[in-house]
Amino acid sequence: MSLLEVTDLRVSFPTADGVVQAVRGVSFSVERGRTLGIVGESGSGKTVLTQSLLGLTPGGQISGQAVFDGVNLVGLDSRELQKIRGKQISVIFQDPLTSLHPMYKVGWQISEMIRAHDKSVSKAQATDRAVELLGFVGIPRPRERVHDYPHQFSGGMRQRVMIAMAISLNPKLIIADEPTTALDATVQAQILDLLLRLQQDSDTALLMITHDLGVVADIADNVMVMYAGRAAEKATKRDIFYAEHHPYTKGLLESIPHSSAAGERLRPITGQPPSLINLPSGCKFHPRCAYVMDRCLDEEPTLHAVGDAGAHRSACWLPAAALGEGTGAEDLRRRAVAEGRGADAARVALTIAAAPEAEGSVIA
Amino acid sequence: MTGALSDEAAQAWPSDASMADDILVRVENLVKYFPVRGNGLVRRTVANVQAVDGVSLTIPRGKTLGLVGETGCGKSTLARCIAGLIPATSGKVYFEGNDITNLRRRAMQPFRREIQMIFQDPYGSLNPRRRVGAIIGDPFAVHKTASGNDRKRAVQDLMARVGLNPEHYNRFPAEFSGGQRQRIGVARALALRPKLIICDEPVSALDVSIQAQVLNLLADLQADFGLSYLFIAHDLEVVRHVSDSVTVMYLGRVAEHGPGDAVYDHPRHPYSAALLSAAPAADPDSAAQRQRILLTGDVPSPINPPSGCRFHPRCPKAQDLCAAAVPPLETKAGDPATHLTACHYPVEEGEALARAGRREHR
Amino acid sequence: MSITEVQFQATAVEDAPAQAIEGRSQWQLTWRRLRNDKVAVISIVVILLIAAFALAAPLIASLLGHGEYQAFPNTGTNSFGQPVGPGVNGFPLGTDGIGRDLLVRIAYGAQISLFVGLFTTAVAAIFGVSIGLIAGYFGGWVDSVLARIIDAVLAFPFIVLALALAAVLSPSLAIVVGVITFFSWAGISRIVRGQTLSVKEKEYIEAARSVGAGPWRIMFIDIMPNLLGPVLVLATLYIPTAVAFEATLSFLGIGIPPPAPSWGNILAEAQDHYQTAWWYVVFPAAVLLITTLAFNLLGDGIRDAMDPRTERIFAGSKTATRKRDRRNKRGKRRPGLDLDQAILVGEQADLSVDKPLGEGSTTTTGKEG
Repeated sequence: MSLLEVTDLRVSFPTADGVVQAVRGVSFSVERGRTLGIVGESGSGKTVLTQSLLGLTPGGQISGQAVFDGVNLVGLDSRELQKIRGKQISVIFQDPLTSLHPMYKVGWQISEMIRAHDKSVSKAQATDRAVELLGFVGIPRPRERVHDYPHQFSGGMRQRVMIAMAISLNPKLIIADEPTTALDATVQAQILDLLLRLQQDSDTALLMITHDLGVVADIADNVMVMYAGRAAEKATKRDIFYAEHHPYTKGLLESIPHSSAAGERLRPITGQPPSLINLPSGCKFHPRCAYVMDRCLDEEPTLHAVGDAGAHRSACWLPAAALGEGTGAEDLRRRAVAEGRGADAARVALTIAAAPEAEGSVIA
Repeated sequence: MTGALSDEAAQAWPSDASMADDILVRVENLVKYFPVRGNGLVRRTVANVQAVDGVSLTIPRGKTLGLVGETGCGKSTLARCIAGLIPATSGKVYFEGNDITNLRRRAMQPFRREIQMIFQDPYGSLNPRRRVGAIIGDPFAVHKTASGNDRKRAVQDLMARVGLNPEHYNRFPAEFSGGQRQRIGVARALALRPKLIICDEPVSALDVSIQAQVLNLLADLQADFGLSYLFIAHDLEVVRHVSDSVTVMYLGRVAEHGPGDAVYDHPRHPYSAALLSAAPAADPDSAAQRQRILLTGDVPSPINPPSGCRFHPRCPKAQDLCAAAVPPLETKAGDPATHLTACHYPVEEGEALARAGRREHR
Repeated sequence: MSITEVQFQATAVEDAPAQAIEGRSQWQLTWRRLRNDKVAVISIVVILLIAAFALAAPLIASLLGHGEYQAFPNTGTNSFGQPVGPGVNGFPLGTDGIGRDLLVRIAYGAQISLFVGLFTTAVAAIFGVSIGLIAGYFGGWVDSVLARIIDAVLAFPFIVLALALAAVLSPSLAIVVGVITFFSWAGISRIVRGQTLSVKEKEYIEAARSVGAGPWRIMFIDIMPNLLGPVLVLATLYIPTAVAFEATLSFLGIGIPPPAPSWGNILAEAQDHYQTAWWYVVFPAAVLLITTLAFNLLGDGIRDAMDPRTERIFAGSKTATRKRDRRNKRGKRRPGLDLDQAILVGEQADLSVDKPLGEGSTTTTGKEG
């Protein structure tokens, strides 16, 4: 049984100019001791998704189910959520500078959190635990540093403090929202190493949100690629990187410098992510897709199985066997496009071909 | 001596390009200290943040020099010294043979047309209260090279050149996406047809798919206008892709310099090796196989840098000599003359630093 | 994309098609929002009415046949020599101590008050902004000197100065204007200096320097537009202060010299009559109060209009929804409102909000396509 099972989660925000559909029906599951990487760019809804699980989205209308250890988080009242937050599910945010309180000592913040969830723990005991935690996450001289303020730590150390806070109550699930984006590469490596170690030691599940495919390649077990508020593709790590199906995933992988020879032109995805208030019809990716067919303009594809194993799912009308970058797969795609493309889809494709990197709305 | 070039290295620099006048920018022993003042009535300098401590490099005409390093290495400070935005404490910057170090504003004005900058933050680098046409037209206004309709036409040309809709001339920056704003910054930098554009992390704040678009744009412009770039970034993959040669900086000094392939495939400095091993690669197989060289702790403070080789406290290969003497920047045995390393015990071929460097986290 | 970005980006451009060529400036947006703020609109109307009232003073005087300085001892005072009440003998608001028409005098007083309020604030603003910009931008000894001067002016006891001046030279409008302007510019200057210090550090200023712009161009073309918002709010809130200041000075006898009417000196005269002539106190005080209140509320309204908050976005006001439905029905189906075209005015209008850069400025939190 999964630790966290999310079914058809939808989050929208009513605004004066229309309803912002941030999350439009996402389902996924996270197992104990495993890492799910959620990959997406701006506007994909990845952050809203995880924040809504913990009730951190004021004003949002949430529907669907998110069953954590038997309890449905959606619709849970704030008192119950507060008990779960920190103790069972904890969050590591991107910017430790703004998520640690600047005016309280670091040790105090950790021990306060411990004592808030368990009144029987004394101040001294809580401080001891804080020192132990700081040492565990790799902060040198923890007994002295427990009395320091957040600004007295460097960025990498601050993120470690956040991690210490996140693990202080031995949560079952840690949600990490871009925890290493603002850090240097060597520090990022240390942090990821720490998170992995944590997972191995305490069987903690990790939900890692990132836009960085390198981080995902490193520490994720399963990956979900999000686009315009929905899952575009869900698979194991190897499948996502070596046998990708959805053209968006393919585009992402192709656009990073790693995949082009030095000096060659990069192959970016044309256009920009769509407006969440005024989404395109049919498949939301179709204005930017090189394989657009007629069907894509009208029907939004559902997430269905592709490849052999049932675990690999993609929301795309291309044939299920068109996986990865091989010639066979590309042939399958081309044939599908040739058969499935009429005037409209051809026009979309022409607009893409004519102005490969022009900004602005692709549909003239 | 702090990071001064050895004779060998001094010979090596010009051979980045075959002829001397193919060198656009030459930096010699640039030093920039920021004074830390005490709290008395007369605030005396009690210490210095040694942001840049003796850096020499050259940028050839029409080529890209990539500058990598982590927090506190001084790359941004170095860039600003070259651009004349910050006065250097000592050392020299030559542009096409002219000494432009610490020139007064009026004397620097003609060089400002030749050296431009693109900034990291697409949100912060454009004045939110000014229209985009005015922002891009600024260089024309400041240097009085075009006005009125001529200026407007020139600005719209630039906008089209960088992939923006010229009709959006009167829009405000807030109405553009991050990638588009970076293009506006590029258009502004390009206005006076400079010879050198210093790119300070131009794509770090952009989504992956947009990064590729902007990088392609920069490559196209280089081909069309013969631009030179000083490309600063922390993403090693990006730097590898755009650069002809790469300089690795650590705590205010050059650790290694050489052609892109040489530095990436055969790093000689332990820090370069660690940096390269830490860079995330979007490839699960290589990520699994890679031996991560994990360095302990964080970069030390530039106020009180370590003696001798600044990397020695964290270096898996450090010996006594490293704390005592500053390693000169020179070509090591077996490397081409253009590949320079500042290390007493450089990484040898096939050496497994990962095992040597792995420390416990306790 | 963080939750705050969703919220702010949701402030989408309303009339995207019309904005194809012209960008929407901060002022246009502020005005739009101000229009929807009922309190602010009422304040504007009240201010306009008072201005009309002031301008119409001669007209009122001629209509009533009562001059500004004209005393009517027969009709204007009763048998005890005391003022007559409102509505008596053709005096709409009654008379003052020597039988002058109170309404007419209040109207002329309004002229003085509004003139003093607007003129002194305008001059103080121009002067204060300039000094603040120079102090903030140049820093160093220029800033030290100017900042100390600003502090000194702010610490000065203004009443004492006014008293002294009035003793040496006789009280006059010029002294009033001079004193009030002298004490107003410093407050504006201090705020502007603070804002300049923070704007100076922004990357776009560095970009301007890298293009080769000189300090004066940067101050007035790059920095100043970013300050005008707060300065406008400040100025709007300074006007009532100036008006009250003038009233205070006149009340103390060191402001506008009688017989010229000012709300302050009318109230001063009223001290002797308030027990028998309530109108003598109530009407000038009421007008003074209403004027001050209107400017204050307008200032608040402008400040709110420049700085949209999240609640405003989620308000989804009925009028906005109705307007939008009407527009959609008219068949103008707006083409793709790009979220990327949405104006992050909130973040731009509030100078103190900076996108936090991570340690070492390797990346920013707001990742955008």
